Amino acid sequence: MTYPPTVRTAPQSAPTHAPAQPPAAPPAHRGVWAVGKERLRTAATTEPGRLQIIGAVLAVLVVAFGAVTAFEISDRASAADDVVSRSQPLSADAASIYRSLADADTAASSGFLAGAEEPRAARERYQKDIALASRLLVKAAANTDGSSESGRQIAALNEQLPRYTGVIETARAYNRQGLPLGGAYLRFANGQMTRDLLPAAQKLYDAETARLERDDDHARFWPVSSLAVGVAALAALVWMQRRNYLRTNRVFNHGLLAATAAATVVLLWLAVGHTVARAELNAAEAHGQKSLKVLNDARISSLKARANENLTLVARGAVLTDDGKSDKYETDYTSGMKKLGDRLSEARSLADDKEGLGPVESAVKGVSEWKVRHASASTTDKAGDYEGALAKVIGPKASTGQSFDQVDDALATALAHEQREFTHAAEDGRGALTGLPVGAALLAVLGAAGAVLGINRRLSEYR
Amino acid sequence: MTDLKARFRGWGGVAGMAAACALTAAVTLLPLSHGGADDLGSGADGRSAASATPAKDDGCTEPERSLSPSAANGPNIDAIVARGKLIVGVDQNSYRWGYRNPATGGLEGFDIDLARAIAQDILGEPDAVIFRAIPTNQRIPALNNGTVDIVVRTMTINCARIKQVAFSTAYFQAGQQVLASEGSSITGYDKSLAGKKVCTAEGSTAYDALEKNSFGATFKDKHDGQPGDEDVLTVSNQLDCLVRLQLGLVDAIVTDNALAAGQAAQDPAVELKGGKPFTTEYYGVATKLGKTDLVRRVNKVLDEYRKGAWTKAYNKWLVADLPGITGPPAPKYSAG
Repeated sequence: MTYPPTVRTAPQSAPTHAPAQPPAAPPAHRGVWAVGKERLRTAATTEPGRLQIIGAVLAVLVVAFGAVTAFEISDRASAADDVVSRSQPLSADAASIYRSLADADTAASSGFLAGAEEPRAARERYQKDIALASRLLVKAAANTDGSSESGRQIAALNEQLPRYTGVIETARAYNRQGLPLGGAYLRFANGQMTRDLLPAAQKLYDAETARLERDDDHARFWPVSSLAVGVAALAALVWMQRRNYLRTNRVFNHGLLAATAAATVVLLWLAVGHTVARAELNAAEAHGQKSLKVLNDARISSLKARANENLTLVARGAVLTDDGKSDKYETDYTSGMKKLGDRLSEARSLADDKEGLGPVESAVKGVSEWKVRHASASTTDKAGDYEGALAKVIGPKASTGQSFDQVDDALATALAHEQREFTHAAEDGRGALTGLPVGAALLAVLGAAGAVLGINRRLSEYR
Repeated sequence: MTDLKARFRGWGGVAGMAAACALTAAVTLLPLSHGGADDLGSGADGRSAASATPAKDDGCTEPERSLSPSAANGPNIDAIVARGKLIVGVDQNSYRWGYRNPATGGLEGFDIDLARAIAQDILGEPDAVIFRAIPTNQRIPALNNGTVDIVVRTMTINCARIKQVAFSTAYFQAGQQVLASEGSSITGYDKSLAGKKVCTAEGSTAYDALEKNSFGATFKDKHDGQPGDEDVLTVSNQLDCLVRLQLGLVDAIVTDNALAAGQAAQDPAVELKGGKPFTTEYYGVATKLGKTDLVRRVNKVLDEYRKGAWTKAYNKWLVADLPGITGPPAPKYSAG
């Protein structure tokens, strides 16, 4: 915080060498400043003049305190508002975009496995996923600057998505004609998804999450300037009252006392308000955002595991890992399931209430059942019973597909719960700052008025 | 009165200073706004693709010569019988040869019938087969690491491959041919390919042919065989080429005429170019090197298959797209 130099220097230098000081400004600049300076210098030689200057300084400090507080807290509050109403929803939306794209691809391959007559449920699931992804992309685009990282990824996704759906429709058409070309189109679409769309969605999610973290950090950053000016204003007020007491032996000056009270209230409000806001935002980050991230990761891992499980059957188990030793999709399925298990146990330790723990436990149960069913399907496939394995993976009864749906539903419930927790805590954090900017400004004006009145009361004794 | 006026003017100055304060505060705090995009540049290192080694003529003139047929059981046959299932590497994308019928979800085709005939002979049961779909470039690794017992997958017998795997006698004669859209300026495996983008399957004999002479065509992806493989010009299956041709990513496809005919059957807007195939190749059943009992047994099955079942299978699967073939190629046996 900088002050106009005249205010600070004049009172200090005035008593000793004010008259000896040469005119600072050359004649050309001799205007309002120079006249003001001259007047200040003469004023500083008498006690009433000094009092006037001190009064001015006190008023400035108190008003500055109010102004800086109002500004700084508005800034923090708008960052907190961004967290609640913009960046967090966008980060959650980006996660949903990724999820619906991956889910659409999985639904398409499930439909392919089922034969020429794609099951209605798989088709509807695919359509719902694509519709959701398109809707969320439009929403994200409306909230994003086109030249930013997010903007670029949204543009890439918008370019790629119609191409992807076009290829999927071609695959369906050939499939229904009984031609293997449909399968080739499906592979092409799957390649587009894993090579272009999903990485772009991942980058979008990363960029939106980084923006959320920036907004969150910004909102939690201590209002140092306000605190510094506030302490300075209070110190100046106390000093002035002590000076008064030493010179006049009067203990109380009502005006100055009122100013001190106002400044103290603002300082306390500021400290407590921002501490509470910080605490709530910290809680939102620790409980909500961390859980959301872990649960989103878990959901994506389960989707990847499911897609790979489908592909083991689409590819009939002979696409090998790079070392040529094991089935690529089976390996990817296993690593996906492992990651899912890790994320779920992490989510379990992060869940801090029964409502949050319930769905996570249910997902854990679903995962262990899924693994058992997968092992059984895998054994059936290895024994040469492809049709039997297929039924165990995409069938309507006791299939791994149903386990996957159970895990996915449980994770969706857990995510919705943590989302509520996050929004609740973050809104509380934002709420803790409500009224502070206006209150600080009003109290500062009152405080400044008090300081001026208090000084005027002393001044009137010289008349 | 003047005193008051002066004082008033003084307070006006204070207000001005306060405003200045506020302004300074505003200016110093303003840059705390949002911004700054993080650029996640993707870095793919651009090493050039490792080239496949072309076949050399080190005394190899008739790679299609195979071991004499025998019904005797050896250790490899015994292992299959003990398992009760024959594991066969096939394709599920070659129309009429080995393909997944989307209507039934089952695998069908000329190669599939042959695989079942072999299972029938060894295990007495045509359904005692586990089919593993293999990409073109995984046929040899899948045999060598024991993923499959045999490969029946339109696999060309050639001098380079007989050093890596063992082959049965030939069960079909084919040849490379160029496939392109009907209205294309490409006339065949000739100068008309110059400057065109040509698609082949990774690890196929068609790729080797282009490696020898591509007539100025582009046929390699920038990152072939690396993590960033584009999968546009070289793909895991010849049918993937037809997708890229239809989407306009490539101008022509080089593959066996037998497979190209299957592609043309799925898309009437493409045709085989240049009249005749520009190579002569034989398809054989492949096993891991050294599995002589299995090779001899397959040769025995093929001997019987040529007597009637072959023509039946040809009429069922191939005659529509590959007319005019009178019979299977005659088996050639080596001295051993």
